Amino acid sequence: MATTAVAPGQPTTKIGKAATEIDERLIVAGPLRRSLNKVFPDHWSFLLGEIALYSFVILLLSGTYLTFFFDASMSETVYQGAYAPLRGVEMSQAYESTLALSFDVRGGLLIRQIHHWAALLFVASIVVHLVRIFFTGAFRKPRETNWMIGVVLLVLALLMGVTGYSMPDDLLSGTGLRIISAILLSIPVIGTWAHWAVFDGDYVGDAIIGRFYIVHVLILPAIILALIVVHLLLLIKQKHTQFPGPGRTEHNVVGNRLFPAFAGKATALFFIVFGLCAALGGLVQINPIWLWGPYNPAQVSAGSQPDWYIGFLDGSTRLFPAWDINLPGDYTIPALFWPTVVVAGAMFTVLALYPQLERKLTGDTASHHLLQRPRDVPVRTSVGVMALTFYGVLWMSGGNDLIADKFDISLNAMTWVGRIGMIVVPPIAYMATYRICLGLQRHDREVLEHGIETGVIRRLPSGEFIEVHQPLGPVDEHGHGQLSYGGAPVPKKMNQVGGARRAIKGFFKPIEQVSDVELGSRREQRGLAAAEAERDQLTRSGRPSEGGRPSDGGRPQDPRD
Amino acid sequence: MSTGDHPGSHGGEEAQGPLYGGPDDDYTPAQLAGMDKESLNRLGARYDGVEVLHVDPPPAPGSGLEKQAERQVSMAFGAAGLFALLFAVVYVGSGWFLPDWQWASTDNGWSALYTPLLGLTMGGALAFIGVGLVLFVKKLLPHETAVQDKHDGSQFDRSTTAATLMGGLDKTGFPRRKMIGRSLGFAGGALGLMLVAPLGGFIKNPNTGNPLGTTPWAEGVRLVRDDGTPIRPGDQEPGSLETVFPAVAGGNVAADAATMLIRLRPEQIRALEPRKGQADFGYGDYVAYSKICTHAGCPVSLYEQETSRILCPCHQSQFDVTQGAKPVFGPASRSLPELPITLDDEGYFVARSDYIEAVGPTYWNRERI
Repeated sequence: MATTAVAPGQPTTKIGKAATEIDERLIVAGPLRRSLNKVFPDHWSFLLGEIALYSFVILLLSGTYLTFFFDASMSETVYQGAYAPLRGVEMSQAYESTLALSFDVRGGLLIRQIHHWAALLFVASIVVHLVRIFFTGAFRKPRETNWMIGVVLLVLALLMGVTGYSMPDDLLSGTGLRIISAILLSIPVIGTWAHWAVFDGDYVGDAIIGRFYIVHVLILPAIILALIVVHLLLLIKQKHTQFPGPGRTEHNVVGNRLFPAFAGKATALFFIVFGLCAALGGLVQINPIWLWGPYNPAQVSAGSQPDWYIGFLDGSTRLFPAWDINLPGDYTIPALFWPTVVVAGAMFTVLALYPQLERKLTGDTASHHLLQRPRDVPVRTSVGVMALTFYGVLWMSGGNDLIADKFDISLNAMTWVGRIGMIVVPPIAYMATYRICLGLQRHDREVLEHGIETGVIRRLPSGEFIEVHQPLGPVDEHGHGQLSYGGAPVPKKMNQVGGARRAIKGFFKPIEQVSDVELGSRREQRGLAAAEAERDQLTRSGRPSEGGRPSDGGRPQDPRD
Repeated sequence: MSTGDHPGSHGGEEAQGPLYGGPDDDYTPAQLAGMDKESLNRLGARYDGVEVLHVDPPPAPGSGLEKQAERQVSMAFGAAGLFALLFAVVYVGSGWFLPDWQWASTDNGWSALYTPLLGLTMGGALAFIGVGLVLFVKKLLPHETAVQDKHDGSQFDRSTTAATLMGGLDKTGFPRRKMIGRSLGFAGGALGLMLVAPLGGFIKNPNTGNPLGTTPWAEGVRLVRDDGTPIRPGDQEPGSLETVFPAVAGGNVAADAATMLIRLRPEQIRALEPRKGQADFGYGDYVAYSKICTHAGCPVSLYEQETSRILCPCHQSQFDVTQGAKPVFGPASRSLPELPITLDDEGYFVARSDYIEAVGPTYWNRERI
C-alpha cells in the first residue's frame, strides 16, 4: 500500500500498527474490549475462590518439577544418599527418590514443601469459598450447576491430597494406605473385589504407588483443570453475584472493570498467595518423611494424623462404635463401612444437592443475583452452622489422642466427648445461631426506626434523661425512621455516617494540605443529600415500582423478578 | 494497492453483505479519529453495556500524597527485586562461596538454614510484588465505579433457536424413520459397552486361594525377631512384648504376618480367660496375638502392661490381653487372632499352624472362608 496519507483513525505508533496487523487476522479487538470492560463486584470474600485457583496453579508448577525426580516404584533398594541416619536402610524406590529430591536435589526440599503447603491451602480455600457461597445464598438459581461442580472439585481435591501424601511410601503414608485398604475391604458385597481392583491383589502388593501416581499427576489434574474451566466459564456467563447496596439490582453488576483495577488486584493476590506458599515451604517444615522412616507394616508412630482435610473422616472412624452387622449366611457389614464410606458419601451428596433441597423446601424458584446476609436467612445460616459444628466435632476427634495427651485427659473420655458431642452440640449450635440471627435482624430494624445511638445524653426539662439518636433518613410524625430494610448493612456508628473528620495523611509531617482535606470533607457534606438518595435506593430492590423490599427476615421470599 | 487483477488478489474491498451492520455504520473512522481516548473508552464501555458511574481521581500529580504512594510502591517492587536476587545468591552460592547446602552429620548449621533462606527470599520476592501491586491499585489508580447490565434470557432467542433445532431434526426425519433411531441407539449402547469393557483388566478374583485368610505362618515356622534371631522362653521379662515374624523369606515385611509375643505376669496368668477353644494356643506364660488391628489394619503397638491393654494408635481400639485380646474400647469389634505356639526340638518358639481365622480388618464374607 502506498503510504501517501494515513487514513483517519489508523495507528501511527509501532505497537498500534502491530495491533492492527493482529486484528486484521484474528478480529479480536471486539471480544478483547468486551473482556476488558467486564465489571467485577468488589468484596473481599469474592477473592476466596481465586485463592483456590492460584493454589492450583502453584500445585501444577511445583508438582511438574517434582515429577522429574520422583520414582513411583515399590521395588526395594538400599539408601545411599546424603542423609546419613538412613544410609544402608532398605526402602522402596518411591521413598528413596523422595529422600533424594529432599536432600540431593538443590532446592528440591523447598519445592516439595511448597507443593505440600499449596495443597493444604488449595483444599482450605475451596472449603472457605464454599462456606461463603453457602451462607450468602450464592448457590441459588441460576448457579446450582456451578455449586455442584464446586462440590465435585472439592471431592477431587481431597482425592488429590490422599493420592499425593500416600506416594512417598514413608511410615505415615503407609499407615494411611493401610486404612484406605481396610475401608475398601469394608464395602459390603464388592469390598474384596474393589480392593483387588485398586491394589491389584492383597494389601500392599507392588502396584498401588504407581497407580496412585498416574491418578495424581495425570487423571485427577486433567479432570480438575477441565472442571475449573467450566466453573469459570459459567461464572463469566452468569456474571458474578453482588451484595445489595446503592444502585445494585438483580439486573446489573456494580464494581471495577477488569482492566486495570480488577486485573491489578487479581495479579497482586496471585503473587501474595504464591509468596505465602513459598515462605511457608521454606520456613515451616511439613511432612519430614526422613523422620518417619520407610514403611513397615509392623510399625506405626503414635499420633499419626492425616492432612487436615481428611481429619474429619479419621475422627468419625474413631468415634463410631464397634457395630459390625452380621447378616444371615455369615455375611458381615463391617463397622468401618459406616463412618468412612457412608458418612463421607452422605455428607458430599447432601452438600451437592443442597440447592435443590432448599428450592424444594422454600418453593423459591426465582433467579437471584443479589446475595443475602446470613442473618436474613436464619434457617439456612443455622443449618450451615450446625453442619460446620458437626464437622468440627469430627475433625477435633481426628486429633483426640493429641488433645488427651497435651491436656492430660483420659483418651477414652475424649472419645466419649466426641461421641456425645457430635449428637448434642450441633442442635445447640443451631438454636444459638438462630437466636443470634434474629437478634441481629432486630437490631438492624431498631436502628432504621430509631436511628443510631450517638452516646450523647440529654436531660429533658422534665428531668428525664434520654440518649440522642441520629435518624438515618426522613422520619414520620412520631420521629420513627421511614427507611425499610434492604438487605444491606445498616450503619450503626456515627463514624460510618460521617461523624468524624478524616485524618490528615503523613506520618512524620502532614503530606496533605489541611485546607484541601477540609474542602474535601465539606464537599462530602454537600454530597450528603446525594448519599441519602443513594441510601434510599439501597432500601429498595432496584425496581422503583416495587417501592422497597419488605423486611422479610428468614421467610422464603417471593420471586421478585 | 496491489495491481493484480485475478480474483482474490484485492484485499477486502468487496461490498459488505446486505445484512452487515454494527457500530462501524454509526461511527465513521473520521468520527472516531476525532474523539479523544477517554470518550472512546467510555463509548466502547457503553457499547458493552458498561457505564462508568463515578471516578475518584488519584492523588494530584506532584502532591505529597502522590509522592508518598509512589515511594511506597517503588519500595515494594525494589524489595521484591532484592529478595529475588538474594534467592539467586543463596541458591547458586551454596557450596561455592557459601558453605555447602547438603545435609551432613558434621553440620555447620548452614544446611539447616538453606531451605528456610530460600523460602524466605522467594516468598519475600513474590509477596512484595503483590504488595506493590495492591498499593499501586489502591493509592495511584483512579477508583472507578462501573455498572454493567446483566442480560436476561430473551424469548426471541428461545423461539428462534428452538425453531432452528426442531427444523433441523424434522429434516433428518428421525422422528418418522424410527428404525434408524433404534439401530443408532443400539449401536451407541454397544459401543459404550465396548469402550468400558477393557476396565475388566482391573478385575481379579479375591477368592482364589483365600489370600485374605492366610499368612506366611505355618506349622513349625519359627518366631523370629526383625533381625532374624529366634526366641526361647526366658528371653523376655514377664510383662514385656516383642514383635515377631515368621522365619520365612520376606516374613518381616509381609503385611499380615506381624505378631506380638507377650510374656504375661503371674497375676495376668491368674486372670487369663482365653477365647473358647483356644485355651492351649499359648505356651506357658507366653501368648501370641496378631499385631494387625481388626478394625482398620494398623499395627497395634502400644502395650500398657498395668492394665493389660494393647492400644491401636490409629483409632484407639483397645484390646485386653488377658481376655484373648478382646476389644474393650473403641471401634474395633473383633478380638485380635491368636497364633497357636509351641517349642521346637531346639527349644525355640514355633507356630503350631497358621492363624485359624483371617487377620486384619473385617470384610463382607470373612466369616464364610
